[in-house]
Amino acid sequence: MAERAERRARRRPFAAVWEGSAERRFNATLTLSLLAVPLVAIGLGEPYYANLASRAVILALAGVGLNLALGFGGMVSFGHAAFFGIGGYVAGISALAAFNGTPAVTWPVAVPGTDQMPPIWLAAMLVTGAVAAAIGAISLRTSGVYFIMITLAFAQMIYYFAVSWPAYGGEDGLSIYLRNGFAGTDTYDPLTFFLICFGCLLAALGLTSVLMRARFGAALMCARMNPGRLATVGIEPFPVKLAAFVISAMITGLAGALYADLNGFVSPSMLGWHMSGEIMVFVILGGVGRLYGPVAGAVLFVAMEHVFGGLTDHWQMLLGLILLGVVLFARGGLVGLLAGEARHG
Amino acid sequence: MTLALLIEQLLNGLQLGVMLFLMAAGLTLVFGVMGLINLAHGSLYMTGAFVCAWVAGTTGSFWLGLLAGVPAAAAVGALVEVGVMRRLYARDHLDQVLATFALILIFSEGARMIFGGQPMWLDIPPALSGHVTLPGGAGYPVYRLALIGAGLAVAAGLFWLIRRTRLGMRIRAGESDREMIGALGVDIAKLYTVVFALGAALAGLAGALVGALQSVQIGMGEPVLILAFVTIVIGGIGSIRGALVGAVLVGVVDTLGRIFLPMALKLVTDASSATSTGSAIASMSIYLMMAAILAVKPQGLFPADG
Repeated sequence: MAERAERRARRRPFAAVWEGSAERRFNATLTLSLLAVPLVAIGLGEPYYANLASRAVILALAGVGLNLALGFGGMVSFGHAAFFGIGGYVAGISALAAFNGTPAVTWPVAVPGTDQMPPIWLAAMLVTGAVAAAIGAISLRTSGVYFIMITLAFAQMIYYFAVSWPAYGGEDGLSIYLRNGFAGTDTYDPLTFFLICFGCLLAALGLTSVLMRARFGAALMCARMNPGRLATVGIEPFPVKLAAFVISAMITGLAGALYADLNGFVSPSMLGWHMSGEIMVFVILGGVGRLYGPVAGAVLFVAMEHVFGGLTDHWQMLLGLILLGVVLFARGGLVGLLAGEARHG
Repeated sequence: MTLALLIEQLLNGLQLGVMLFLMAAGLTLVFGVMGLINLAHGSLYMTGAFVCAWVAGTTGSFWLGLLAGVPAAAAVGALVEVGVMRRLYARDHLDQVLATFALILIFSEGARMIFGGQPMWLDIPPALSGHVTLPGGAGYPVYRLALIGAGLAVAAGLFWLIRRTRLGMRIRAGESDREMIGALGVDIAKLYTVVFALGAALAGLAGALVGALQSVQIGMGEPVLILAFVTIVIGGIGSIRGALVGAVLVGVVDTLGRIFLPMALKLVTDASSATSTGSAIASMSIYLMMAAILAVKPQGLFPADG
């Protein structure tokens, strides 16, 4: 059965999506509708909605990062805002340095600032990866509720550092005067910027999908469900989880760099625990451990924020009530609700 | 650096520590007995402070405010337990985090709808508004000393409650084997509600007492909640003794770090960079301490042995 489906998938990939599971159909519909939003919005002369779509895509990217650790790896990180914010600060600091013509880093080697996205992304991912390796190495010694609280505490530590360190604006944050460039395109064009973000999101989804189908993914799933068994077959769970945690943080860091460019502004609030909570909400709202769960969750979140925000000043109350309802009554999130398939494990 | 400054800051640290203990005790009890991680504990702190400030503002008496704020927090806690928390005990921590995160949004927005977005002010009661002279000549507010006294008294009362009373015996039994005490005829659902309300009352008490030192505003519970988490992680989750030791450690290290790290750095570098570097490191000091303690003892200083 499965072999036949796979052969067919190779022959006619699109047909296979439609004939495949409900979840795949949902994913394809979601991706295409997300792509359609800015196209329609710009066609109707409403670039605001294109920017809203970019925001949803960037937040989805942050969620895709967290999902790798939280959903697939079972590591309930309550500190992913740290990586989101660090990515943002890397973009901000680099752009500021390029704007002023000063080096972005003076020690141990002088690194000039740049206003080009690809090197900024690389730097953002490297820095968040390094920080995540340090935080992960300590936090993964613990598990369960300790892990939740420790990741939260480390993120708060970085938050307070950003607030009290005056060089990059402290509490006031840091402005990006000119949006960073990408290969000679006009990144101020809402559609161009959306497509850049959308490309990053697809790449991250692709990476997650490849990782989870590889031996690494199998080991990670097993590290979540039965670490003892993983160890008995000769694979140490700790490095597998740490690697997943680091990759997860790097994806979220990339999202942070894009978010800074979207807003033209970085502030400590990107590092705050509300942000960690929100990224977690995207994952849960969409469906934990489902590839497109964070995408569905982030889109729903941004849509709710927009619609409720237009209805009432107290939209956070509505958001809280809906979130509470989802946790208490709709386990499996939006994808689970619409695609209606139980997640294994 | 004078002796008076050191004593003053030690007292400030102790004051922060005992107030943290009131928060942390509730958190650690709820986790120890019900296995629940409650992010909305800070909202109960806020509830206590808001009700106290509102009643004190209306009647003009801080004591009436306190008398209203603490039961109000307990009542709200009991309601939340019956309405929401009860459904979460069997869930994993992820669901608990999310549901209580949603509760924070609801509480913060609810407080904004009821009390408005402006901060409220709570005056220190006249009987406690003076200063005493510390050895070394500096004055110290009586109210802060009263907070230390009240916090230590509540801590002693809590230890007595847990160690010496029937309710405490049930709570301890609930920590180690909830099926067994259920089989022995204890109404577990009621016990859980009582424990949750007790934790809420302690949080409300802390909120009302600290409210007179700071302004009473939306979101005031969140920084305290994070510190309380650090406290119970250091102390060992589920352990009241650990919460007390952790709270005093966190309070003293945080307070002293903020004052003395910039001063110490001034000895080796110039004043302005010493101030910024020192305060940046000081704001991280308790987290660094937590990381160091966990590196040695991943279960905290006093692992709850059930």
